[in-house]
Amino acid sequence: MTFDAEYFNIGYLDSLSYKDTFVHRLDPRVKLLVSFIFILYVVSFPKHELAGLMPFFIYPVFLLISGDIPFKAIAKKIIFVSPFAVLIGIFNPLFDKDVLIAFYGIQITGGWLSFFSILVKFILTVSTMLLLVAVTSFPGLCESIERLRLPKAFVIQLLFLYRYLFVLLEEALRMIRAREARSFNGRGRDIKTFVKFISVLLIRTLERAERIYHAMLSRGFKGEIKMRRKYRLGIKDIFFAIISVALFYVFRQYGVANFVGNILGGPG
Amino acid sequence: MHMSDALLSPSVGAAFWAGTLGAITYASKKLRQNLDDRFIPLMGVLGAFIFAAQMINFTIPGTGSSGHIGGGMLLSVLLGPYAAFLVIASVLTIQALFFADGGLLALGSNIWNLGIYSCFIAYPLIYRTLAYSGKTRRAIIIASILSVVIALELGAFSVVLQTKLSGITELPFRTFLMLMLIIHLPIGIIEGIVTAGIVNYVKNIRPDIIENNAATANSSFKKIVIVISILAVITGGILSLLASSNPDGLEWSIEKILGKAGLSGGGDFVTNRLSEIQKKTAVMPEYNFQGKEKAVAAGTSASGLLGGIIVLALIFFIGMGIRIIKRGRQKP
Repeated sequence: MTFDAEYFNIGYLDSLSYKDTFVHRLDPRVKLLVSFIFILYVVSFPKHELAGLMPFFIYPVFLLISGDIPFKAIAKKIIFVSPFAVLIGIFNPLFDKDVLIAFYGIQITGGWLSFFSILVKFILTVSTMLLLVAVTSFPGLCESIERLRLPKAFVIQLLFLYRYLFVLLEEALRMIRAREARSFNGRGRDIKTFVKFISVLLIRTLERAERIYHAMLSRGFKGEIKMRRKYRLGIKDIFFAIISVALFYVFRQYGVANFVGNILGGPG
Repeated sequence: MHMSDALLSPSVGAAFWAGTLGAITYASKKLRQNLDDRFIPLMGVLGAFIFAAQMINFTIPGTGSSGHIGGGMLLSVLLGPYAAFLVIASVLTIQALFFADGGLLALGSNIWNLGIYSCFIAYPLIYRTLAYSGKTRRAIIIASILSVVIALELGAFSVVLQTKLSGITELPFRTFLMLMLIIHLPIGIIEGIVTAGIVNYVKNIRPDIIENNAATANSSFKKIVIVISILAVITGGILSLLASSNPDGLEWSIEKILGKAGLSGGGDFVTNRLSEIQKKTAVMPEYNFQGKEKAVAAGTSASGLLGGIIVLALIFFIGMGIRIIKRGRQKP
């Protein structure tokens, strides 16, 4: 991905998080905890499990639909992100060659099962996390982790980083454009130039930090940053949490997929 | 390389989260004790800088492929280990959330792999010892390369350990480890060279910044060792707690909270027993229990698979149906 594309990507997820739907209005603490529990449930399945994971798609699909988030945007991101899981998983079919399922003559080995299991787990966890950010504003998330008792220094660091992310990215974007405009055929991309390039960006950053600090001082900053609390835990939040976690429990406990398969008279 | 949720088991993910949270709490406390107010905006903006810098590519000599910097060591040099650790943790958090690099559960492991080793081991033990004894250009270059390589290799080792402990991959431990260590060696050397270049450049123009930090980050060797041991005890303690509270292995405890490990739905005594055995094999990577494991795994039967596909299709059709109805209502 080019720098421009990545830059606009972050902004895009951010802009989605300011919609006003049922899931957007939920308390961020509840969304964060339920999503975390969801991920724990998904990864708790043993490595050959595939069918049992399928009902869990209901959670990301629910967030997608009720949050009115474009499907394409999330799908694209899932495909683009770290191929690490796929890379590690693809070795499984090479090492684990025992046939576990025979299906109208098609034989499926344990390795392929565990590979697809990794893939499905990957899609479930990644989509849930992206959707969590798409339906929760970043300051909301920060508020929630502060109220979940994470150290304030860390929360403030997150908020500051987020606030200046776009400023710094734009600064870098201008520098990259200048580099591109003056160099052809990949010149100006060697390590030597890169080091100077980054160093200049770093010095600009340090100077910016000093200006920001002075601006803060002149507005009465005394070393303490106060955070505003916006959200209150309501009945709908508790409802959402209980129903979701109960569903996850049922999906984990009972083979819903097996049940459906048996009703429809599937083989074996 | 970022760890992914799909490669972690709940207990390994939880244990590394605990260690990471301990480190975040400790670093925050340390910072509050002797924090220059200036550091608050500085840390935030430097986090944004690392983010921007990671998105700028350079050509790796000889290969034509492009790379970017990680920046952990650079931050430690600029800010000292505690502030640097918080900055790295925040950068990784935002990357996890907005780019899906890693995942929510894997975030704890990623902060551990990319933050702890560079800030609390490689920087104080290697970089500071080497760079501040000589303070010459060459000392800084050698110190950067060595410390970055060691931090990265420890991180790579950690990734292998976490994946193996989770029991997801079939890759043999030794092959996987060699693969990861070899891949990360050239990456570490290049990052070391780049880090040294930046440090030397900044030192020429703004010597106050680098020198300043040498004074503020004056934490003793003994303290660092204590921090590391405490963190190791937290993580190891939780791992072993989860393991020993139930003789059937590491995976059991959390899975017990989540619900019983019913593989084939009904979950009679034999399958449960077998699934416990399967979990046991997951804990000990080299342990070979293949035969029985297969019997358990057969719980994923053909009809289950068919059911799974049907359930998946149902969820998507219902979802898309609701969306179409919603859109239709909004139009008029």
